[in-house]
Amino acid sequence: MYAQMVKSTGTMKTREEMDERERAFQDRIDAGEKIEPQDWMPEGYRKTLIRQIGQHAHSEIVGQLPEGNWITRAPTLERKAILLAKVQDEAGHGLYLYCAAETLGVSRDEMTEKLHDGKMKYSSIFNYPTLTWADIGAVGWLVDGAAIMNQVALQRTSYGPYSRAMVRICKEESFHQRQGYSIMMKMASGTPEQKRMAQDALDRLWYPSLMMFGPSDKDSVHSAQSMAWKIKVSTNDELRQKFVDQTVPQAEYLGLTVPDENLKWNEEKGGYDFSEPDWQEFHDVLAGNGPCNADRMAARRTAWEDGAWYRDGLVAHANKRAAQRMAAE
Amino acid sequence: MSSEWPLWEVFIRGQHGLNHRHVGSLHAPDAEMAIRHARDVYTRRNEGVSIWVVPSNQITASVPSEKGPMFDPSKSKIYRHPTFYDIPDEVGHM
Ligand SMILES: [Fe+2]
Ligand SMILES: [Fe+2]
Ligand SMILES: [Fe+2]
Repeated sequence: MYAQMVKSTGTMKTREEMDERERAFQDRIDAGEKIEPQDWMPEGYRKTLIRQIGQHAHSEIVGQLPEGNWITRAPTLERKAILLAKVQDEAGHGLYLYCAAETLGVSRDEMTEKLHDGKMKYSSIFNYPTLTWADIGAVGWLVDGAAIMNQVALQRTSYGPYSRAMVRICKEESFHQRQGYSIMMKMASGTPEQKRMAQDALDRLWYPSLMMFGPSDKDSVHSAQSMAWKIKVSTNDELRQKFVDQTVPQAEYLGLTVPDENLKWNEEKGGYDFSEPDWQEFHDVLAGNGPCNADRMAARRTAWEDGAWYRDGLVAHANKRAAQRMAAE
Repeated sequence: MSSEWPLWEVFIRGQHGLNHRHVGSLHAPDAEMAIRHARDVYTRRNEGVSIWVVPSNQITASVPSEKGPMFDPSKSKIYRHPTFYDIPDEVGHM
């Protein structure tokens, strides 16, 4: 989801093919033990985690852009303060995750550089524009809603620092979804035009939100190893189904229509049947051809480059103060 | 003449998967001995699965008298809490 197509390194081994260390490692994971930075781990586990946590971190940071777009245009001072607080939280989420990845022997600057060079990805969802205020409601409701679904599951992931970052993030996410839904409630019960805006936001963001969980399990080539290592704990389709089941009644309450003619309650499976998103579009967006990919990357690079003098200045100041302290001693 | 052992802050992970938490401090001549002492002082009743030690003088703390300006600004930001939003029960847990 926030990490959608994470390649896992190393072919899946059977127990017989594992050496003694690998077997002991797998046993710990199967027993539900957390792996900590000082523990031995297979190289593939480490690399896959760096990709997944890094991608997750990048998503938190890039994810600030579509919402940041509306901070200065929020309809009231209260909504502005709320949106600002939410975007600020996302910056913190990025920080927790970069720190978790850094325990695996990669630096934050390295990951940032890889993002800017197009060698690391972020969630496809943030390549869609936020055209109206209703989109800010829909993002909180649907995008954070989907993120929560994924992150709640990831609290049980096998890598200790990642799991603990998820616990912290999940505590903070609840307000994100609720403020989004509260915007939707206002819009959907407002003037006919406001209600139309709410419906339009749902129409445009529904399928991109379903894409957040990644490709269908039958096409998800990297999942098996990640599941065995408990880097992932639920499959893409499981989470997507849960998300639909949770969200449809919420749309109904708003009096909005989920843009899917095939949406139908299936008594037998105890969940909704629904249409899959357009996977071609998903792959196009991931490949860099979504409506906002170029904008998002340009904004990130500009922020990084324009901030360089400030980062360097603080280091120079710290060095100067350290030298003064040394001289005084 | 003997020189005084420096002070160390001790952090214990109580259970697999949890954060290390500060439990107290002790004196020791170096990091290795600090870990040994921490094991003997703070985990005699099976309190931990992992220990961190940090030289106390490496910790920078906020100033207690500046508690107000430090932490008060977050008090008014009640919208950071999920309970600020009235969400109807009908839509399920959110
Ligand atoms: Fe977040
Ligand atoms: Fe969020
Ligand atoms: Fe997130």
